[in-house]
Amino acid sequence: MELINKEQVSKKLSGRLMVNKVMKFIFLLCTLVGLVVLATLLIDTILDGWRYLTVDFFTNFSSSRPDNAGIRGAIIGTLWLMATTAPIAIILSVGTALYLEEYAPKNKLVDFVKINISNLAGVPSVVFGLLGLTLFVRMAGLGNSVLAAALTMSLMILPVIVVASQEAIRSVPGSIREASIGMGATKWQTITRIILPASIPGIITGIILALSRAIGETAPLVIIGIPTILLFTPTGVLDTFSALPMQIFSWVKLPNPEFQSITAAAILVLLFILFLMNSVAIYIRNKYSKRF
Amino acid sequence: MTLAKVKEETDMNTVYDTAVDSRTQEMNSIKQTSNAIFQAKDFNLWYGNNHALQDINLDFNENEISAIIGPSGCGKSTFIKSLNRMVELVPIVRTEGDIVYRDQSIFDKSSTVENLRTKVGMVFQKPNPFPKSIYDNVAYGARVHGIRNKKVLDQVVEKSLKGAAIWEEVKDRLNDNAYGLSGGQQQRICIARALAIEPDVILMDEPTSALDPISTTKVEDLMHELKKDYSIIIVTHNMQQAARISDRTAFFYQGYVVEYDKTNVIFDKPKDQRTEDYVSGRFG
Repeated sequence: MELINKEQVSKKLSGRLMVNKVMKFIFLLCTLVGLVVLATLLIDTILDGWRYLTVDFFTNFSSSRPDNAGIRGAIIGTLWLMATTAPIAIILSVGTALYLEEYAPKNKLVDFVKINISNLAGVPSVVFGLLGLTLFVRMAGLGNSVLAAALTMSLMILPVIVVASQEAIRSVPGSIREASIGMGATKWQTITRIILPASIPGIITGIILALSRAIGETAPLVIIGIPTILLFTPTGVLDTFSALPMQIFSWVKLPNPEFQSITAAAILVLLFILFLMNSVAIYIRNKYSKRF
Repeated sequence: MTLAKVKEETDMNTVYDTAVDSRTQEMNSIKQTSNAIFQAKDFNLWYGNNHALQDINLDFNENEISAIIGPSGCGKSTFIKSLNRMVELVPIVRTEGDIVYRDQSIFDKSSTVENLRTKVGMVFQKPNPFPKSIYDNVAYGARVHGIRNKKVLDQVVEKSLKGAAIWEEVKDRLNDNAYGLSGGQQQRICIARALAIEPDVILMDEPTSALDPISTTKVEDLMHELKKDYSIIIVTHNMQQAARISDRTAFFYQGYVVEYDKTNVIFDKPKDQRTEDYVSGRFG
């Protein structure tokens, strides 16, 4: 007695193959929707903005006259912001990740903290802007300085780097950890000599992706009151500054249609920097990724 | 360097003494003398509520290979990891009783766990080299203990690799990543790495279970060589291996030591029925 009717099976085969093909097309369509929209956006921006990508555009400050408008203040301000944010964010978040993964006792409170760090990554940037305004601009009296903005940005990207670092640290196999400890190495020696070298690709990837989020973030800067038209560049972390996304945000509001194209040019610069940072992240990930 | 030499000479004397000792001792059956390196005294261990080791009393001798056999889950790995306190990496572990290493309790607050692990090296079940070069793997222990002199490190690496019988195979590619080696070679690198800190005792937790027969033979031959200078305690799943290489064998079952005796006694005329059943392959 056969439980499977071979004839029935072969009859249904063509139907199954059909569904298989249809599903493939549906998923292809889903992918195309995203791709086409993004490509249109990019091409439109390039067509609109490429004419303004001149040397003057990079060396001039912002101006109310479209011909003179440039991004010197914005781009240098962005570099200042990143250069200040990066060390603060890296030290705080890698330190947090190391503590949580290596030192913290295993209990409910620590688990609770770990879960909430991931949740923190989903908090809107506006909220971080408000926190920065209250804490750093007002209470600490830093004003709308590079440092106040950098501290706000650091807080915002902290959970992203912490989570990425935690995952990188966790992916270091317990066996080589044990090997190190089994030879009388202290925890700190094991961390610096074994765990960090093995997890650094993942950590750096996380850092770069987080920084590339910070570089394009506008809302916190708006909230803590970063100026848009500034005719000087900062000379220290306590000076005020402007940044690329802020410049884009202010230009796009102007009625003069020529500014739309200038905005597009500034967007291209920002996109290029983002593209560069992501490429570095991918390069590092591929070059140093290790198989255990 | 001079210190190491002095240590070596004293070790040689001890070897001689032990040889004399063990001859008289053999007549007195397994009556223990002071040449025990490790003594477990009423040692109990719990993982949470699971009583994994119960009233363990065992003495391990110097310059012998002591094997621990038993079916899966009998506590043999837990026990060997207790000897260098690696078991404490599991947060829910609780112990009672004592383990004495050379007349000092390993739980004694006056000595650190790092110090214990420097003297009691460990080779693990799966080869676990660091993702570093062969040289850096072997030099790791020495570096961790503060040796930076390149000449000394070179000597340590060469001596340890020779000691682990893998020098000839890797001497021309010391800077290659250890991951490029075969499993058997990796395990001997791990043994070399353990030898490099000049331990007194080497614990081996099923060191050949992930290796093919040829590599296993090499590691077993190596253990015979190492026995001259080190005391070895090995956990093994493989009874033939225990019979081939060890001087004494402890049979663990469900967290107890059922029987501990000279290896030939355990395998030829065990006193306990369970031991006999296990070594004759009726269960396990």
